[in-house]
Amino acid sequence: MIIITIIERETIMIEAILTYEFLQNAFLSGIIIGVIAPLLGAFIVVRRLSLIADALSHVALSGIAAGLFLGQAVPALSAINPLYFGMLFSVGGSLLIERLRSVYKHYQELAIPIIMSGGIGVGVIFISLADGFTTDLFSYLFGSVSAVSRGDLLAIIVISILVIVTIFLLYKELFILSFDEEYAKASGIPAKAVHFAFIILTALVIAVSMRIVGVLLVSALMTLPVAAAMRITKGFTQTIWLSVFFGEVSVLAGLVSAFYLDLAPGGTIVVTSILILLAVIVWKKERD
Amino acid sequence: MMEEQAVINIRNVNYRYESDYVLKNINLSIPKGSFIGLVGPNGSGKSTLLKIILGLLKVQEGEIDLFGTPQQKFKEWERIGFVSQKANSFNTGFPATVSEVVMGGLAKKIGLFRRPGQKEKEAVEKAVKAVGMESFLKRNIGDLSGGQQQRVFIARAIVSQPSILILDEPTVGVDSQNVESFYRMLTYLNKELQMTLLLVTHDIGTITDKVTHVACLNKYLHFHGSMKQFIKLDEQQLSDLYGHGIRLLDHHHDH
Repeated sequence: MIIITIIERETIMIEAILTYEFLQNAFLSGIIIGVIAPLLGAFIVVRRLSLIADALSHVALSGIAAGLFLGQAVPALSAINPLYFGMLFSVGGSLLIERLRSVYKHYQELAIPIIMSGGIGVGVIFISLADGFTTDLFSYLFGSVSAVSRGDLLAIIVISILVIVTIFLLYKELFILSFDEEYAKASGIPAKAVHFAFIILTALVIAVSMRIVGVLLVSALMTLPVAAAMRITKGFTQTIWLSVFFGEVSVLAGLVSAFYLDLAPGGTIVVTSILILLAVIVWKKERD
Repeated sequence: MMEEQAVINIRNVNYRYESDYVLKNINLSIPKGSFIGLVGPNGSGKSTLLKIILGLLKVQEGEIDLFGTPQQKFKEWERIGFVSQKANSFNTGFPATVSEVVMGGLAKKIGLFRRPGQKEKEAVEKAVKAVGMESFLKRNIGDLSGGQQQRVFIARAIVSQPSILILDEPTVGVDSQNVESFYRMLTYLNKELQMTLLLVTHDIGTITDKVTHVACLNKYLHFHGSMKQFIKLDEQQLSDLYGHGIRLLDHHHDH
């Protein structure tokens, strides 16, 4: 009886995906983000920049809020996808963080609370101006299975191609920059330019990923799969592949359960990745 | 003649942080094929001088030639291998294998936007073998001992077949048993592979019987010459160089 129900449910979901465009958008976006967030996340984690991802997601939120507000206030702007405002703000925020990190050379982590609170502050102002929370905004905060549009999907695809091509071409530079920044500079590679490209990519990935996992949890999808993978891999390439695998499992399991249980996918995705992380930690302990 | 053969030539270099000079009137030329020990107490400006040579700090006053080219125009950084103080610059939890780390030493040579091929993989294996770490290629760098890690960093520095290898306090954190074999390896690189070596250390005692030249730095360059000349200095002159008794002689009287 139970088995039949499961099979029925499977059929229902597959039929639903084939029938409804919004579900196709959500699942395709999720599958893509499941690859690029942990891929970039592997570099973010080993460079100890996880908190920057968090700060940038809040700046992206203020961009979204600005976009939603402007869409209300100026009808001509309502055609522009707020996601683009999110990307714009996030990239701007990443440049500001870099600027602040060089201003406060000895307290580089100060850049993070400054940018994070700035992001929330500006976001709150726009949210109030736009007459408070709407379902739209809610979906940006916690992710959504139903709110991903074709336009969002398109933006996600374009950004993902950019990310994958850049990482493929700059892999060795990104690797030594992450492993040993001083050595990277001394060895004569254009460390500054590579770092710049990296930080812009991070900002863009954060902005597009939040459509699925939400602002508050986007950094989790970039760091938790990597945290789990690092425990059991040999070498950096292996860490990247396993992170992507864990990320993908989290996104798919999260989206499916969100669909059936009518929950926000941000929560289910992050809870899945935490379960994976715990399983890996326990398994590693048992093995040793 | 001397000018031509110098791998690195430093003329009249001064360097200051704010208004405090840490280096003053430095003139130093490093002959090709030499093994030079740059010694000085902590805070003597050794690391600053290295950073200037490597282009990590900008030359404020004076000139530096690398392989006969003014540093500002110098592009062939792969000809200079660098091994930094391990403790400062890398985090031991980093998930990277020995071969991945050593491959990093070829990044500049391979060039931007290109990926390593078979030739580079072989170069990595060769360099790892030269430092005696070939059985650790697929191991994570964090799982190795301090001495083994430092060998891997030497492999990374020599994989691009540089003409000069610069080492900043390479034996800090390496236990004394392994220090000896570490220096044997350096002598091998210097004598057999004709690599010029510049070794920075605060402990002159351990290098006196290994290096061919010595430079004593403490803001000013107090002495610069061959080991033979250095040994001839008497106690008083040495004491003037350093300002206090040093351990140079201990080492020789051990035997």
